[in-house]
Amino acid sequence: MIDAEDFPGTRGVDPNWATSDAAQARLRRRRAADRRLWALGIGAVAIAMGLLLILLGSIVTASWTAWTQTSIRLDVTIPADKVNPEDPFRARYGSFVDQSLADLFPLIDTPAGERELRSMVSNGSQFFVRDAVVADPALIGRTFSIWVPAADPIDQLHKGVIDRDLPANRRNVNDAQIDIYDQLVDEGRLQSTFNWTLFTAADSRFPELAGLQGALWGSFYLLLVCFLISFPTGIAAAIYLEEFAPKNRFTDIIEVNINNLAAVPSIVFGLLGLAVFLQVFGLPRSAPLVGGMVLSLMTLPTIIIATRAALKQVPPSIREAALGIGASRLQTVTHHVLPLAMPGILTGTIIGLAQALGEAAPLLLIGMNAFITAAPDSMLSPSTALPTQIFIWFDSPERGFVARTSAAILVLLGFLVVMNATAVFLRQRFQIKW
Amino acid sequence: MVATQAASASPAPHSPPATTKVSARKVNLWYGEKQALFDVELDVYENEVTAFIGPSGCGKSTFLRCLNRMNDTIAICRIQGDIRLDGQDIYDKGIDVVQLRARVGMVFQKPNPFPKSIYDNVAYGPRIHGLAANKAELDEIVETSLRGAALWNEVADRLDQPGLGLSGGQQQRLCIARAIAVSPEVILMDEPCSALDPIATAHVEELIEELRDRYTIIIVTHNMQQAARVSQRTAFFHLGKLIELSPTDRIFTSPEHQMTQDYITGRFG
Repeated sequence: MIDAEDFPGTRGVDPNWATSDAAQARLRRRRAADRRLWALGIGAVAIAMGLLLILLGSIVTASWTAWTQTSIRLDVTIPADKVNPEDPFRARYGSFVDQSLADLFPLIDTPAGERELRSMVSNGSQFFVRDAVVADPALIGRTFSIWVPAADPIDQLHKGVIDRDLPANRRNVNDAQIDIYDQLVDEGRLQSTFNWTLFTAADSRFPELAGLQGALWGSFYLLLVCFLISFPTGIAAAIYLEEFAPKNRFTDIIEVNINNLAAVPSIVFGLLGLAVFLQVFGLPRSAPLVGGMVLSLMTLPTIIIATRAALKQVPPSIREAALGIGASRLQTVTHHVLPLAMPGILTGTIIGLAQALGEAAPLLLIGMNAFITAAPDSMLSPSTALPTQIFIWFDSPERGFVARTSAAILVLLGFLVVMNATAVFLRQRFQIKW
Repeated sequence: MVATQAASASPAPHSPPATTKVSARKVNLWYGEKQALFDVELDVYENEVTAFIGPSGCGKSTFLRCLNRMNDTIAICRIQGDIRLDGQDIYDKGIDVVQLRARVGMVFQKPNPFPKSIYDNVAYGPRIHGLAANKAELDEIVETSLRGAALWNEVADRLDQPGLGLSGGQQQRLCIARAIAVSPEVILMDEPCSALDPIATAHVEELIEELRDRYTIIIVTHNMQQAARVSQRTAFFHLGKLIELSPTDRIFTSPEHQMTQDYITGRFG
């Protein structure tokens, strides 16, 4: 039995203190404080979610018109005497396109009028006609229907981005173009289809011909190089530091520096890449190889830190068990510790790579924001990447690039979401409960 | 009752003449600045169970871990003195620690099977030491080891199931099977029953009694009844010093030292 006399601190306390008014007031204050904390937390989450929704909403809205492309049906005649069936690639297809437009509108015969006519279809239309003829030389000497992309202003007019009711000097389609447009619509020569060009073409000066293929390949090569360099190096460094390195001042310095490295702004790594990889090693400018090397500098500390954390999670009893039956330290690590740490390592790697995928600043410094109209065919050919492509398009004045910038952002975000979801999945699926 | 059990366990055929399997002379050990073992000297005889008892922090586990050089993995640990296995200095430069640990197996306090199948747990040691030429031989080693650990009948039909799915007592016997699969000469057991319930403990203790025929066993235990039940000789450690090493029946009935007497009668510890 506890004797109250043994606890002088409790002497003189009202035995009914818990039901007193003062205690009730304290209780009310405590509950109010709990509710305030709860409300603050909910409020903070709501603000974060709201901002995210606004961001996504604005990007999706802005990208809306980029997902479709207006095209115009032309009846092109390929004069047999102007195309060599042996070499259908070389012919003046532009003139055939112009001719087909002129045939549609026989009443337009002034040079200015013909210029308006030509401005209806994309500058790249001749290549669509050329490719059709090259694919099927039997078309030579015949007239056939073909859908070619509308020029950007007409595309925007068709999508309603350009308001035809504005005064003529405030819109970049003139009245003559609108008349031609109306006539084409009446004849059923306009259609709007999904904008496959966005994925099948590389960059172009003309929005209706521009796509992300070059950037996608560029980003793929970047991540490949980045992974090949930073994954093995990062794991090796982490294993050494965690499992083998003696704990002394030297390894402490290494550890602090790795953590610092993770905090270095990415643009600094870009400068380093410019100074070392381009200037000293003389590697080619704008190449995904160099970009991947720069990004791997950035990803390396992330992977090292994640790997060390994953190795720490493996209980020491597993190492003792392996050592206890005579496994060497290397066998202990490769047979037991590393496989058990692998889900954590992969998660960290994917998150590191996702960061690298979204990084634009270091790539700008090594010239990966160049205007390149073909997808890279190797790690050394010049290329852009998704973030730098977004940067380039964002900087372009044409109306069509505004929506395409947002579409490219959505594509990038899509990849990031997929990568992060994979990381979460790996973590959930392969985590071992001890 | 304790004493009679111990007395019945110790006489022939394992009474002297016994051959010395492990001998330690003037073993001192430091963790950084702190000395954990002071001039420990003892001999462990072949085919006997030697129990180490003593209060927490007395150095019994530390000393046990010296015998298969598990303390090597602790960076701040420094050791001095002479420990011999069959007369050979195990801290000699020429000794390969990997081979030493194959000769001196270990079972830990908490069952620590690998997160692999039961089969792979047992087969891991023989695999890395190349003890089996083919699958059939490996199967045989696994079966013999599991039988040796009195686990075969319980797991024979689910060797491909994860070892972590077994009960605590079964896991510990799996760890013993894993240890004997590489045919060690000495088995070190560091409080092997402290995480087990009484029934599982009884299983493991019976097993220890059986294993004594083929192996030299050193067991660290907090449980004095256990020491009395399973061991032939008992060493009492206190504050890093070996106080007494005597036949088990004697240490629990008429210990030489007052301190041992105080400890086993529960006056401290």
